Amino acid sequence: MEKLEFRFPAQPATPAAGAALCGVVGSGNLEILIRPGDEADTCVVSVKTSARGFGRIWEAVIAEFAARHAAGGTRIAINDMGATPAVVSLRLGQALGEYTGGVQ
Amino acid sequence: MNAPVANKLVLRRSYFEASARARVAAVLDAGSFREFLPPEASEPSPHLAVLDIPGAFDDGVIVGSATLGGRPVLVIAQEGQFMGGAVGEIHGAKIVGLLRRAVQEKPAAVIFMADSGGVRLHEANAGLIAISEIMRAVLDTRAAGVPVIALVGGSCGAFGGMGIVSRLCSAIVMSEEGRLALSGPEVIETVAGVEEFDSKDRALVWRVTGGKHRYLTGDCAELVEDDAASFRDGAIALLAGWQEPVPASSTLRAEQARLTERRQRFAGLRDGLDVWQALGVAEPRQIPLMDRDSLVALKKGLPA
Repeated sequence: MEKLEFRFPAQPATPAAGAALCGVVGSGNLEILIRPGDEADTCVVSVKTSARGFGRIWEAVIAEFAARHAAGGTRIAINDMGATPAVVSLRLGQALGEYTGGVQ
Repeated sequence: MNAPVANKLVLRRSYFEASARARVAAVLDAGSFREFLPPEASEPSPHLAVLDIPGAFDDGVIVGSATLGGRPVLVIAQEGQFMGGAVGEIHGAKIVGLLRRAVQEKPAAVIFMADSGGVRLHEANAGLIAISEIMRAVLDTRAAGVPVIALVGGSCGAFGGMGIVSRLCSAIVMSEEGRLALSGPEVIETVAGVEEFDSKDRALVWRVTGGKHRYLTGDCAELVEDDAASFRDGAIALLAGWQEPVPASSTLRAEQARLTERRQRFAGLRDGLDVWQALGVAEPRQIPLMDRDSLVALKKGLPA
């Protein structure tokens, strides 16, 4: 297992729920839990992944997510079982959608 | 009754393929579920962390309260996609805690959506103890007059310790896709060899563990379609007239005698096909091809 931590500036999110969970820790899948963070303009992401050595790809995927979404003021925890970058992007968007009440 | 096939496909939501959270949402009354220890308040498994394996926030099981057909129920739903739904220490403690709550609160029932290969081997003794605590808690719940209804229709079925737990429940609702047994097919093949059991033979696996077989042998009370709404209807129908029996040694002895007789009757039979023939099914080979309604009708016509 590899543990990764990222912090990216992001536009503040407007939460509709206290927390949101998306996905399952199954093969090729991951779960994402979004909770309120301490800084309104920062998105803090901690990843636990079974696949080692993909830190730079995680960084790129999460940076792109933080740049494209109003995800500031959040603390995002991820348990990963080898999801592909596309699945990670999809789940991040889905989890944020639930957290802000926009998309189910 | 004869709605176009296309409509049926649209309306059906596979229970087999759904996640535990999707099952909870679809089986219980809409919007009634309140989760105890939700992911943000729960703890991932410390044992998996020591082994350097990512855990799940809810440790692969969801517990809470809800209503089913308007009646209050407590709910357990195992997530088969996480570690095969296997029971670890926290996973087990959540289930035991919920069952103990049922003893105190006396809801109309506990709905136990089993989807598990049994003990989580990574957690060794903690997992084994968890399973035995669940067994005791199920019996305590039933002794308190609260029925525990197992729903078995997930991709992991109910095997190992969870196979035993399921049979300790008041009744089981199963789909054809569900499987229920003690040792899993791969375990049997590993221990006793491929001549004894070929776990790659999926048709054989379903003929000896699948929902249709369990329904014909009376191990599950209801056979339903692989559809969350059908599981819901099956559970509601079972509960409607259910009176949890008062535990008595005489009923246990009668059940023991029935199982002993069954074991002798089917001794030496190698396949579900042989068992169905012994049960009086005229054309056993047709069973795997039958739809749910035809099989239920066929069972009604079998000798008691």
